[in-house]
This record gives sequence, structure tokens and C-alpha cells, in this order.
Amino acid sequence: MFYVSCFRISMSSKRIYAIFLRQFFLLKRSPSRIMQIFYWSLLELTLWGIITKYLYAIGGEKFGFITVILGTVIFWNFFTRVMNGITISFLEDIWSRNLINLFASPLRVGEYIAGLLAVSIMQTFLAIGAMVLAAWFFFSYSIFQFGFLLIPFIFILFISGWALGIFTTAVILRFGPSVEILVWSIPTIIMPFSAIFYPLEALPTFLRPISYAIPISYVFEGMREVVHKGTFNALSLAIGFALSFFFFFAAIAVLFVMYRMALRKGLFTRFMTD
Amino acid sequence: MTQSGIEKILEVDNLSKTYGFLRAVDGVSFSIQKGEILGLLGPNGAGKTTIINMIAGLLEKDGGSIKVFGKDFSKNKSEILSRMNFAAAYAQLPGNLKVKENLLIYAMLYDSPNPREAVKNIIADFGLYEFTDKKTGFLSSGEQSRLVLAKALINNPELLLLDEPTASLDPSTSEQVRSRIMNYAKENGASVLWTSHDMCEIEKVCGRVLFLSRGKILLEGHPKELPVRYGKKNLEELFIMIAREPLSINHVT
Repeated sequence: MFYVSCFRISMSSKRIYAIFLRQFFLLKRSPSRIMQIFYWSLLELTLWGIITKYLYAIGGEKFGFITVILGTVIFWNFFTRVMNGITISFLEDIWSRNLINLFASPLRVGEYIAGLLAVSIMQTFLAIGAMVLAAWFFFSYSIFQFGFLLIPFIFILFISGWALGIFTTAVILRFGPSVEILVWSIPTIIMPFSAIFYPLEALPTFLRPISYAIPISYVFEGMREVVHKGTFNALSLAIGFALSFFFFFAAIAVLFVMYRMALRKGLFTRFMTD
Repeated sequence: MTQSGIEKILEVDNLSKTYGFLRAVDGVSFSIQKGEILGLLGPNGAGKTTIINMIAGLLEKDGGSIKVFGKDFSKNKSEILSRMNFAAAYAQLPGNLKVKENLLIYAMLYDSPNPREAVKNIIADFGLYEFTDKKTGFLSSGEQSRLVLAKALINNPELLLLDEPTASLDPSTSEQVRSRIMNYAKENGASVLWTSHDMCEIEKVCGRVLFLSRGKILLEGHPKELPVRYGKKNLEELFIMIAREPLSINHVT
């Protein structure tokens, strides 16, 4: 048995792998789940790819529609895929009424979350890999044009997606499967404030502070800056980093509070009847 | 190990749990010795599942203490849970995974040193060969109960918590499940905490029973001696009396 020990937190790699394996077994034999991973991402890419080609054709070549919009679509999908890798996997355990058996075992909540993070990495790279290939093949667009900047962009998207996924999981843990709609609605709530399809300055002044607090807005702003000016703001990316880490640790803290609440209120057994 | 040389596997002291204004478990104390099968009886809402859930780590106690293998449960939860296991009629395994996949995952979660070997052994023990590649959801309820029990024994637990393990099973399958658990406990010196509404089953398997009503222990004793003590023919009659008139017990005593 291999244990990772740090600040009194000990985790078993075997149990983390078991959680990953549970989702992997589910995925490898289910065409509908495999399709879910690729379908929406590729559909969005195709739609936006055609729209950008059209805009380019009617005179938008100076703006660089393809680079900006396709890059945006891929990054946004990256973010939501990371989040869904956690939340949908958690819902799978609720839907199959597996939580009682899982949490009556030696599994710690930290190990469970670490397993779900691994699942989200696998699912994200599968979905985004397909998107990147399709963008290159059909629209001659390469995400790698951002060079080394891709690393901080992806890092912020990963950490922020995990933060939102863990937070949503915590809320479902507290209020039960009846609030599972949050999995799909939370990203759309933050979408208008994330400066995805338009720059932050396009927002009304009183809404901008919300955008400044959302880490992924720094990725989309940074991406546009690279495309239009050929530069990037290191300080801005550093703020994005710091914010994503802040929300990640805050989400973990919320999850632990909700987990304790679920234990106090006996919510694991109540989910069986919800 | 106590001074009398009897090893106590589970010690529950003054355990309590309240949901809002409802005192679901009210100062319950009992212990289980090594190799003992203890029955937890009582009408619906008596607090049996609440007690089992607190010992399984699914529910936090409000007061009292739980010691398992001589260790404080709340401080050594993960370590203790790796040496025990849990099965309940309402806690089925995911139906969308194959039998062998479910067993492998739980062998890993319970820290089996060689999970694949543990799965092979438990499949052989329970005669699950024909189902190994079948999705769990496609098994009959009897087959699923066998699988849940196989999962419950995959780590060779020293303490087994069973919450109505034979509920909704036909008499033949119930008998198979009972024999398997009794044999396991006898051969391995394992202790079992068993709840059931089937009084015949309890008489057959338990060496001692606790009667719960409204979150408190009303009676304790041997399942065959208790009815005699209270002027009843069998455990079922005693159960009905306690379920309908729990206060009458005080008058009888």
C-alpha cells in the first residue's frame, strides 16, 4: 500500500485508483457516455467554425474571427468538461445509489475527490483532443499557436473547473439529487461574466467587478490580447492563477463542511429515497 | 481484551442521536465479543438502522462513544472500516457495472493486498462464476444479495454489520445467505451485528439479542430464553408485544 502523507492528510493511491476505475469501467462500455464526451464539444466546434468562416468571408479577416472564436470555444469547453468530469461522476454514484457502500468503506472524502479529479483529467483530454484535431482538420486552426502560454491558460482552466466542480458537488451533497440541475446551470450563470466572447470592457461598469473575480476571465482576456496585440500581461495571468487556487481551496473547504453536515443529518441514507 | 479474558470487538457506550425533536437513539450501550452474532431487534423507527449507520461511519453521533477493536471510531475511522464491512438490503452495488468490476473496486477500497486474487477467491467461494461478466443490474434479487454479501466478505472482516440482509429474499435464498454468514463467523471468529424483522432467522443465527424501542434498549438476552422469561411462546410473540406496548415490559419484570 502506498500512502501520500502531507499535513496530517493521508491518502491511499489504491483507493483513488478504485474511484477512477469505477468511472472508467462505466465509460468504456457505454456508447452513450462516450458520445456525451465528444458529441457536444464537436457540435459546438462545428457550429462556431462555420459561423466564423462566414464572418471571415464577409470581411472580418482583420479581426481574426477564427482564432478568437474557435480558441474561445475550445477553452470554454475545456473548462466545462473539467467541471463535468467531477460533477457527472458524482451524480453517477448518486443515481446508482452507491454512496452508502462507498462511504461505509475506508474511503476518505479526499480520496474520493482525488479519484474524481483523475476522471476529469481523462475525460477532458479525450474531449479536447478530439476538438483540437477537428479544428485543425476542418478549419486549419491550431490551438498550439499560443505556444508556451497554453500552459498557464490550461492550468487556470483546470484549477477553476475543479473548483466549480467540487463546489457543485458539495451543494448536491447537502441538498440532494433534486438540485442536480445546478450541474448544467452553474456554468451558464458565470458565462456572461467570464469575458468569453467579448472583452471585459464590453460589460457595464457595475458588472465588471464580478468578472475581475472570475479566474477564467483572465484566460479569455489573455487569449484576445495575444491574438490582437501579440503580447500578454503576466500580472493579469498571475491574478488568474491566484484566484483559481483561492476558489479551489475554498471549494474543498465547502465540500468538507457539507460532508460533515451530510454525516450529521444522515443524508447518505436519505439520498436513497430522494 | 478485558480482565476476564473476553475480547470485545465493538463497545458502544451511551450512544445518542437526535433528528430535530426526535430522539432516534437514546443512551444505548452494548458490546459484541469476538465471534459473537448479536441481533438488533425492534419495530420500524426503533433506531436499529440509525445505530448501524453510526457504527458504519455513515452518520455522526450526537453523544456517547463507539470503540471498535479497542480504538475510538471517530479518531481511527478509515483504519477501523478497513477491518469491518457492511451490507444492507437497501445498499445495492451499481447495476451498470459487471459483477467482477464491482468486486474489484471494493477489494481495492478495502485495501486488499492483492485485489484481483481476492476477487478470484470470493467468486469461487460464492459460486459466482456464471455471473462474473454479467452486469449487476441484470441479476435477480437473490443473485444480487449473494453479490452484496460477497462484497461484504471481500476483506475478511472481523466485524460485519448486516442491516436486514435477507429482506425480500425467498426462504431458500435466505437460508443460503444465513448459512454462509454463520459459517464465515464460525470459521474466522468474526463478530456480526445483525438486524432483521424475521424472528425465526434471529432465533437461528443469534447468540444474543437486544430489543430496541423508541431509541432505547428494552431487553437483552438469549433469543430462546427471552420469550420464556416474559411468558411468551416465541420471539415473534415477544416482538409483537414490545412493538405494541413497550411500557408493558416494565410491568412484566
